[in-house]
Amino acid sequence: MAESTVYELSSEGRLGIKFPTLDVPETELPINFLRDEVPLPELSELDVIRHFTNLSRLNYSIDGGFYPLGSCTMKYNPRINEVTARFQRFTCTHPFQPAETVQGNFAVMYLLQEWLKEITGFDAASLQPAAGAHGEFTGGLIIRAYHKSRNDDQRTKILIPDSAHGTNPATSSMSGFGIVNIPTDNRGNIDLRALDAACDKSTAGLMLTNPNTLGLFEENVLEIIDIVHKAGGLVYGDGANLNALLGIVKPGELGFDIMHLNLHKTFSTPHGGGGPGSGPIVVANYLADFLPEPIVGVIEEGNDEIPPLYGFVYPKNSIGRMKSFHGHFGIIVRALTYLLMQGKDGLREISDHAVLNANYLMSLLKNHYTLPFNRTCMHEFVLEGIWEDVHGVHALDIAKRLMDYGFHPPTNYFPLNVKEALMIEPTETENKQTLDLFADAMLAIANEAHETPDLLTSAPHNTPFKRFNEVKAAKDLIVCCSIPGKN
Amino acid sequence: MFIPHTDKERQEMLKTIGKDSIKDLFTDIPQSKRFPTLDLPDGISEMEARKQMSILADANNSCDEMINFLGAGAYYHYVPAAVDLLIQRGDFFTAYTPYQPEISQGTLQAIFEFQSLIANLTGMEVSNASHYDGATAAAETCISAYHHFRKKRGNIILSPFIHPHYLETIRTYLQSISEIEIRIPDISNPIDFKDAIRKLVDNKTALVMAQYPDFLGNIINYSSVSSFAHENGALFATIVYPIALGILKPPADMNADFVVGEGQSLGLPLNFGGPYLGFFTTRKELIRKTSGRIVGETVDEDGKRGYVLTLTAREQHIRRGKATSNICTNQGLNALAVTIYLSLLGKHGLKEVAYQCYQKAHYIASQIDKIKGFKVLNKQPFFNEFVIQCPSDAKEIQNNLLEKGIIAGYNLESDYPSKKNQLLIAATEQNTREDIDYTVNSLREVTNG
Repeated sequence: MAESTVYELSSEGRLGIKFPTLDVPETELPINFLRDEVPLPELSELDVIRHFTNLSRLNYSIDGGFYPLGSCTMKYNPRINEVTARFQRFTCTHPFQPAETVQGNFAVMYLLQEWLKEITGFDAASLQPAAGAHGEFTGGLIIRAYHKSRNDDQRTKILIPDSAHGTNPATSSMSGFGIVNIPTDNRGNIDLRALDAACDKSTAGLMLTNPNTLGLFEENVLEIIDIVHKAGGLVYGDGANLNALLGIVKPGELGFDIMHLNLHKTFSTPHGGGGPGSGPIVVANYLADFLPEPIVGVIEEGNDEIPPLYGFVYPKNSIGRMKSFHGHFGIIVRALTYLLMQGKDGLREISDHAVLNANYLMSLLKNHYTLPFNRTCMHEFVLEGIWEDVHGVHALDIAKRLMDYGFHPPTNYFPLNVKEALMIEPTETENKQTLDLFADAMLAIANEAHETPDLLTSAPHNTPFKRFNEVKAAKDLIVCCSIPGKN
Repeated sequence: MFIPHTDKERQEMLKTIGKDSIKDLFTDIPQSKRFPTLDLPDGISEMEARKQMSILADANNSCDEMINFLGAGAYYHYVPAAVDLLIQRGDFFTAYTPYQPEISQGTLQAIFEFQSLIANLTGMEVSNASHYDGATAAAETCISAYHHFRKKRGNIILSPFIHPHYLETIRTYLQSISEIEIRIPDISNPIDFKDAIRKLVDNKTALVMAQYPDFLGNIINYSSVSSFAHENGALFATIVYPIALGILKPPADMNADFVVGEGQSLGLPLNFGGPYLGFFTTRKELIRKTSGRIVGETVDEDGKRGYVLTLTAREQHIRRGKATSNICTNQGLNALAVTIYLSLLGKHGLKEVAYQCYQKAHYIASQIDKIKGFKVLNKQPFFNEFVIQCPSDAKEIQNNLLEKGIIAGYNLESDYPSKKNQLLIAATEQNTREDIDYTVNSLREVTNG
C-alpha cells in the first residue's frame, strides 16, 4: 500500500500546534491584501510524526546499509557532528548579529579555512559556496576574472577531459566559456597529445578531476598542468574525489591553481537526501583577491590572554557574492568537528583505507566483470556492466538486482567513456565483511546474468516498489498532490 | 573510530590485492610530492572535540539569550520540536539524492509534498525541489527568463528594494552573460517602482522582479507592474517572505510568472545564515526552461503509486554544456524540514504565526513612533518589518541597546547611503510584549526621548 499524502491524511479542523495567546493590542489588517485561506493540510502532531516516520522507512541510507555510489563518497556520518552542529549558541545566531556577539562562529569559520588550506596546499579559502557545483561555478567566475584583470580577453574556452566530473561542462557554460573535450588515452589518463593540440591562446583553463571519474590518478599530472600553464591557462581541480588524497598529496603543490572541496563527501557531513552540502573553494595566492566575499580574517591579533578578534574581510577584486549571508555555517561546524577528531594522522588514514577498500573490492570483482583499465585504482573504480556472451542485460539491471541483495547500487552510466559503467566507491568506513558480502552479491549476479537473465531484467523483486514508469511521470507531469474534494 | 580495519584484515586485503603495504597503492603519485607533512594538530577524541566545539559556541551570544529584532532576510521564528527530531532519522539524513526510486520513496514523496505545499502557499502551479537559498533562487529566475526568450531578450529590471544580498548574487550570477543588462531604477520611495518601470521596460525586457513584502517591509500591490511587463511581452517575478503568505494574498493573484524566496522562516534555524533553502515556483508552461530537480508522480510495474525525479533531460548530467544551470546537490534535508513544518502548522497554524508577526510588529512600531525624535517611515502597509528614523546616531543607539541585551535591528545606511540613522526592525511571534516594552523603554532611555 502506498503511503497517503499529507493532503489525503488531512481532516478539516484538526490542529498540529498551539501558539501562545496574543499578548499585544490588535491592529487592523490591510483588508485589500488578505487571502481567503491558505490551502495547507490539517493534521495532528502524531499524524505528522507517523507519516514521516513511515516515509523514512521507504528509504535506503548509509545507516541502513552499504552505499557504494561512485564519486559521492557515502561514508559514515559521525553522530557527534549532529550534536555540535545543534549547539544552541551556533544554531540560534542571526547572520547579521554584531561581530562581537558571534566571535565563536568566526573562529569556527577561520579554523576551517586554515585546515582546508593546509590539507590541500593552497593559500586562501572561501567557505561561501553552497555545494560542489556552486564551488565550481565560483571557480569558473574566478578564472574569468583573472584573465579579464590581465586584459586577456581572448581566453574563451575551458578544456574538459571526458573523464571529468559530470557538472563540469554545465559549470563552464554558466561561467561564460565554450567547451573543448579532451579524450582519454588507453591507460585511463588524459591524452597528452590531444591536450597539447587543444591548448592555445583561447584556453582559459582546464577542469581536471583527479583522481578522475575512472578512479585513476593522472600519471602525467605534472606535465598536464605544465602544458596548460605554458599556454596561459589556469588549472581547476574538481575536489569531488579528494577522499583519495588526504595526506597523500596536496593538489596545490602539484600546481593546481584553484579547487573546490565537498564537505559532504570528504569531510563526513551528511548528504541529507540531496543536500544541504557545502563546497568551499581554495586558491593560490595570485587568485586570492578574486574570491567571493566575505571571508573570515583576523582583525586584531590575539595573545596568550586575549583571543584574536575575527571579522569579515572583503577581497578587493572579488567576483561578488555567490549567495546570501556567509555560507552553509551548519555544515561548516560539522566538518570542523570531524577534522578536529581526525588530526593530521587520521586524515592520512582516511585516504589509505579508502584506497585499500577500493583496490580490495576491485581485486575481488575484476575476473568477473570487465575492468576497462587494469591499474591500481584510487578511492573508486569503474567496471563495465555488460558481458560479450550475454545479450539484453544492462548496467541498469545489475543495479536494480543489487537492491534485492540489500545493497545500494553503484553509480551507473557514468563516466560516459566506459560502456555501461558501474562506478564503485566503497569509502574507508566499510569493513571487510561488508565488502566480501557485496562482492559475493556481484558474483552471484554475474552468474545469474549468464544463467537466469530474467532475474536481472525484471529486478528489483524484494523492494517496497518495483521499477517505475518514468515516461509516464514526464508525460503526465503531476508535480503536486491533489487536494481531496477540490480536483 | 570510523575506520573498522584490524591489522589482520589489512594484511588479508593487501594479500588479495597483491601488494605488500598500503604505501604501494600510491605509486602513481609523483614521488617528490607524495606523502607531504600536514602542519596540523593531532587528532582528539569525541569527548574532547565536543568540548572544543562547545567552547567555540560559548564565545557567541545567541538570539534566545538576547531580545532580537533583526530580520533582513532571516527570521527568528519558533521551530516545533518535531521538525528537527524527524529530520534526524538516519533513513532521511544519511541517504543521497534519490537516483534509485525503488529504494528512495521516502525522500521522493517528501519532496513531492514539499512541492505541493510550496505551490499551494504561493498559489503557483509548480514548484521545484529547491535551490541553495532565496538569493540563488532569484538569480536562477533571471537565467530562466533569459533562456525562456531563447536569449533574445537580455534586459532584466530589478526593484532596488530587493534584499541587497540578492541583488549582489544576481549580479555575480549574470556577470558572464554579456547580452544581459541589469536595470535598477533610481527611486527612493518603493511605491514609485510602478511608474519607474514604464521608462525601463521595452521589447528587450525578459523579466521584471520585485520583492513582496519588500526589503523595507512594505506590502505593495504589483498588479500594474505585472500587467505592464506582460503587455510588453516580458515576464514578472516576485521574491516573497513565505510566512507573510499565511495572511497575505499570494503573488499568483498579481499574475506573477515566478514566485521564489527564502524558506528559512518555515522551520529552519537561523544558523548564522545557512544552510537555508531557496524555493522556486512558476507556471506549468514555463517549467521546461527552469533549473533544479523536480519530482513527479507515476506508478510502478504493479500499478502502485510512487514518485520519481522527472524532466531530468533539462539537467546538467544529461544536457552537459547545454544545461541552463549546473545545480546538482540542493537542499534536500531542509526541504524535508519545511515540509514537516508546514504539515504541522497547517492551514490554521501558519495563519496564526503570520497574524502574530503582524500584530507584534505593529505594536512595537506604534510604541516607537511615540518616542520623541523617532518616526516609523513606512508609508505603505507593512507586514512584520518596518523602518524607523532615529533622532541621533543609529550605530550608537544599537551599541547602547546591545549592552542592555537587545539587538536593535539592521542598520540600513551601509546598503542605502541616503538612509542615515535608519534601522530596519523585524518582529516575530517569539517577541513577547514584555520584551517589546523593555526595548521601547530602553530606546527612550538611551535617547533621552
